Amino acid sequence: MVFLAEHFVRAPQWTWYILFYFFFAGLAGGAYVLGTLLRLSGDPRDEHASKLGYYVALPALVLCPILLTADLGASWSRFWHMLIDVTPGETSPILHYWSPMSTGAWALLIFGVFAFVSAADAWLADRRGAPLLPPAVGRVIGIAGSLFALFIASYTGVLLSVSNQPVWSDTWTLGGLFLASGLSGAAALITLLVRYRSEAVVSLARLRVADGYFSILELVLLVAFFITVALAGEATRIVSWFPLWIVALVGIVASLLGVRRPARAPVTGETAAAPLAIEATVVSVLVLVAVLAMRAAVIFSAQ
Amino acid sequence: MAQSIQAGQSYGFFTDTSVCIGCKACEVACKEWNQLQGDSPAFLADSFDNTGSLDAQNWRHVQFVEHVPDESATAGNGTAWLMMSDVCKHCKHASCMEVCPTGAIIRTEFDTVFIQQDVCNGCRNCIAACPYSVIGMNQQTGTAHKCTLCYDRLQGGLEPACAKACPTQSIQFGPLADLQKAADVRLATLHSQGQTQAQLYGRDESVYGGLNAFFLLMDKPETYGLPNADNARLPSRNDAGGYLAALVTGVLAVVAGLVAFRRRVTR
Ligand code: SF4
Ligand code: SF4
Repeated sequence: MVFLAEHFVRAPQWTWYILFYFFFAGLAGGAYVLGTLLRLSGDPRDEHASKLGYYVALPALVLCPILLTADLGASWSRFWHMLIDVTPGETSPILHYWSPMSTGAWALLIFGVFAFVSAADAWLADRRGAPLLPPAVGRVIGIAGSLFALFIASYTGVLLSVSNQPVWSDTWTLGGLFLASGLSGAAALITLLVRYRSEAVVSLARLRVADGYFSILELVLLVAFFITVALAGEATRIVSWFPLWIVALVGIVASLLGVRRPARAPVTGETAAAPLAIEATVVSVLVLVAVLAMRAAVIFSAQ
Repeated sequence: MAQSIQAGQSYGFFTDTSVCIGCKACEVACKEWNQLQGDSPAFLADSFDNTGSLDAQNWRHVQFVEHVPDESATAGNGTAWLMMSDVCKHCKHASCMEVCPTGAIIRTEFDTVFIQQDVCNGCRNCIAACPYSVIGMNQQTGTAHKCTLCYDRLQGGLEPACAKACPTQSIQFGPLADLQKAADVRLATLHSQGQTQAQLYGRDESVYGGLNAFFLLMDKPETYGLPNADNARLPSRNDAGGYLAALVTGVLAVVAGLVAFRRRVTR
């Protein structure tokens, strides 16, 4: 029996703030994970790209609570109500594990600490020539922080599904989809930033290989997304946003094609890096635009 | 309302749509008591309904289902033109309460679902969740508004304004058990009169564990914009699947990243 979902629900009017929140949450989480994975690669020369990851994660993350607070209907001064239940007479911390918005608020807070520590450590290492934290400790922090980073990059998709909205609640794919695309976008962002830190060019070719893997995951999940939503009988809602889906697909395809022609990392010098930069830049920009377009298509298709 | 209203008891509405005459007295009484100014008037032109939907300003909404056939309806055939005074269902398992991250939505001592205005921060998660499109954002306060089942009146021992105003007793208020009994009797009466399409909605647990504000309908629930028992599912049904997909993706992505970065650096 085909189960056709019926929805009589009102749209929550989550629009631009939420779209950009999802975008930056994906990039912040993705960049932090990549920073940690690069550090674990076993090649000390990857430190440079790793630091770029940590440097990107922090500002991207800082934007998140700002965007979320701006989206609140009530005064911004109530943002902390997500963490503390202020019911008169029963004030206490609140964590409802079954509500992603509740877990997400805590995860943002905790991940914020990790993102700050890792970025600060990277910065100190750059200033002093050696990190403040012993490398082993830095690594442990990176791994622990990455768990929260993975959560931040993915829970936003689960949050949409844990509702009664058409499309969103008709699929199990959104958490994975947002995570894969967040990682892909973060790889693209780090690639773009390599121009400001030419030593990181060593990691570039392998970053693009990683991006290729992430894009394959994303493509598989995207197909699963379309199938699950179509089976629920809501296909028309996603089809009406097809220009955005095209943009999202272009990004995925670009990143897959980009891997096929991995540019050799030149040994030294910014001039030598220039020809590589153009192709990598185009791919990276397309990927980042796709990350945004995919989220926009998902968000708007239900509302 | 002979007995007094007591904290600790379950209260609710039994809305019997078979006797609703569409007068909208409930809508007016609700606005008057709860000091709702209403949305700015809109003329929907193709219906007796100019309210549109439940929202922050409309906590009762008389729905008109106007499928009037071309040929005149046969005698006793009440299905061609249906009226229903819609309201927050005060679901036993409430989707809105389940997702609310602030704890603003509570069950009161009368077993009703209530949004605390001083706790709500306007995140709108409850709007995404309520399967009945009940909740709206109040533009002045920036918080989520809906029927309170006249919480303040109950505390003062008064029945809700809409039930008080309803001239046909289409809206009945009382202890849930009494209402359920009354509904069963009414349904049996209608069935014995040949109105076999009459059915109760939310009387038993098949819809969100039972609705404190339940209905007698004269057609299937979908006709009134109500999800049937198969579709009445809680948001949390998607927690496990969503997180599992994220977890699998996360594991695969981390492994993929490690594999990619472990490769020899070629120069
Ligand atoms: S009808 Fe909607 S607003 Fe009312 S209790 Fe149920 S889920 Fe909440
Ligand atoms: S808008 Fe208010 S009542 Fe609704 S989920 Fe958010 S905090 Fe809770």
